[in-house]
Amino acid sequence: MATSADHAAPAILNEVNPPELPRAVLVENNRSFTWITDKICGIIEGKTPAWWWVCFIVACFVASFTVAGITYLVATGVGVWGHANPVNWAWDIVNFVFWIGIGHAGTLISAILCLLRQKWRTSINRAAEAMTIFAVVCAGIFPVFHVGRVWFAWYLFPIPNSNYVWQNFRSPLEWDVFAVSTYGTVSVLFWYVGLIPDLATLRDRFMAAGNKLRATIYGFFAMGWRGSNRHWSNYEMAYLILAGISTPLVLSVHTIVSFDFAVSLIPGWHTTIFPPYFVAGAIFSGFGMVLTLMLPLRAIYKLEDLITQYHIDCMCKITLATGTMVGYAYAMEFFIAWYGANPYEGFAFINRAFGPYAWAYWTMITCNVITPQFFWFKKVRQNTALVWILSIFVNVGMWFERFVIIVTSLARDFLPSSWGYYSPSIVEIFTFFGTFGVFSVLFLLFIRFLPIMPMAELKAVTPQADVHGGENHH
Amino acid sequence: MAAQPHGLIATFETAPEVYHAAEKVRDAGYKFWDCITPFPIHGLDKAMGVKRSNVPKFSLTGGIIGFCTGMSMIWFMNAFDYPLVVGGKPYFSPMFAFPVSYELTILFCAFATIGGMFFLNRLPMHYHPVLKHDTIHRGMDDQFFIVIETRDPKFDAARTRALLEKAGGKDIKELEA
Repeated sequence: MATSADHAAPAILNEVNPPELPRAVLVENNRSFTWITDKICGIIEGKTPAWWWVCFIVACFVASFTVAGITYLVATGVGVWGHANPVNWAWDIVNFVFWIGIGHAGTLISAILCLLRQKWRTSINRAAEAMTIFAVVCAGIFPVFHVGRVWFAWYLFPIPNSNYVWQNFRSPLEWDVFAVSTYGTVSVLFWYVGLIPDLATLRDRFMAAGNKLRATIYGFFAMGWRGSNRHWSNYEMAYLILAGISTPLVLSVHTIVSFDFAVSLIPGWHTTIFPPYFVAGAIFSGFGMVLTLMLPLRAIYKLEDLITQYHIDCMCKITLATGTMVGYAYAMEFFIAWYGANPYEGFAFINRAFGPYAWAYWTMITCNVITPQFFWFKKVRQNTALVWILSIFVNVGMWFERFVIIVTSLARDFLPSSWGYYSPSIVEIFTFFGTFGVFSVLFLLFIRFLPIMPMAELKAVTPQADVHGGENHH
Repeated sequence: MAAQPHGLIATFETAPEVYHAAEKVRDAGYKFWDCITPFPIHGLDKAMGVKRSNVPKFSLTGGIIGFCTGMSMIWFMNAFDYPLVVGGKPYFSPMFAFPVSYELTILFCAFATIGGMFFLNRLPMHYHPVLKHDTIHRGMDDQFFIVIETRDPKFDAARTRALLEKAGGKDIKELEA
């Protein structure tokens, strides 16, 4: 009786006559499995396009700035950066947090959206995970070289050394070492597990085409994957568990990054809002970067059937939501600074907005709070060029956020006699500028040699993959 | 005597076809058989009678080992082997040891999950009779296969072939071992 009542439509529905809301189509134009395979593999199998070489050479040139900056630092000493009392953390940590934050959207897309069964993640997760790994590489450069004598960087890890002293595990900086290295490792593992079936597809295609060398290389990494359903069963379980553990991982990484500041006593840093506020900011900046990367890729490779307007809408809405959370956190920080009645804390915030770094503060507010509000409008979300430009503003804004937090608090803390003003040296500027080249070089190699979208997962979300003929049996 | 073939392979063009054929092979009582699909088909595990994966057991073990490693490592380093006074804080407390132990839980769990998946799947295995099939490259593209192995106690060349044919399989071939 309960079942028959469930199935019969309530009478009210006839009166209000609600519109049919079809599920968003994830692969447009009803493309076949072969079309998906040919489309994604064709990018790797085709001739290297001219634009790729142009971008690659430019990226290598830009990356050489990082190499030059770091070489000069190692040869001379960490004093070549603009750090001086009282600002001993500046661009290096700003850049570190900036790049780590960008990485977080990749894990959010691959892990959290996987757990939430958001199927639209499939067409963007591979590239977003690649972005995560390359962003972690760029992030790692800064703290490693900030230690000064980089050949002692292994002291960060609990490896027995000739001093017989172990690391101090009471320090959040040591927590950070574990958080970031675990994050990098697990991101690579997750990415690789996702790649295995697609590498097998490439192996078989290169074998069929008679290209033995490439078949062997892809085949080696495909581990002999043969699409067996008994394998898929374990594979899907492993993938789900990896998504399940990556979710608390990604939240913990930026939480621990925020502990670097929140556990200290500096006004403007010593706040409990930091962990959630940093995580929201990280996802915000990461989605900014995903849009910045995916929109050109979509246009160049004509992937409109796979990255549809629905995908762009979803990404814009997440950017809007997290951007608004970040805006809320800015407001709440100000409120608590006043409500907490601590004169140093209050001063730190007045100083941020109206002190010598006010230009950075208002750049941050403009880019992070105002920019995403445009995504409320469908017209804006449908204008790809405009979305791309807004995503750049998000990237810029989130860099300034870290700059504002780190530099303003250090430049003017408790004693006016020890106040200062920080400006970066040319070496720092070069090193940071170059990391965009490092990132681009890695990303260009990725789109040339690896499938930029998970073919197996894309096929699984097409209507023809449904063995029950589209009827909703859940 | 010629080497015994590995088994019989049948081709299917669509996902629903292979799904329903798998149900028939399962109901016929075969044990050593498999479906080859380009992507995980939702519900095929049930149609094949594959049990829930054992990967989670590996993950849980890995996670527990990771957490214990973290806690004991920090106790050993900061409280036992070289007690270090920092800011008057205790030599060991589960509080400050937690973030690192938490990260190690996840790290060990991830390795155990992936290692467990490879172990249960007996991968890497670069040579397999199935990979020698002429059109197997379509198996990672757009086609579906069912393989029934000769080592299955119910295997009988003629009857198994008839079953696959009845289930809608095309292009049924013997796989050399």
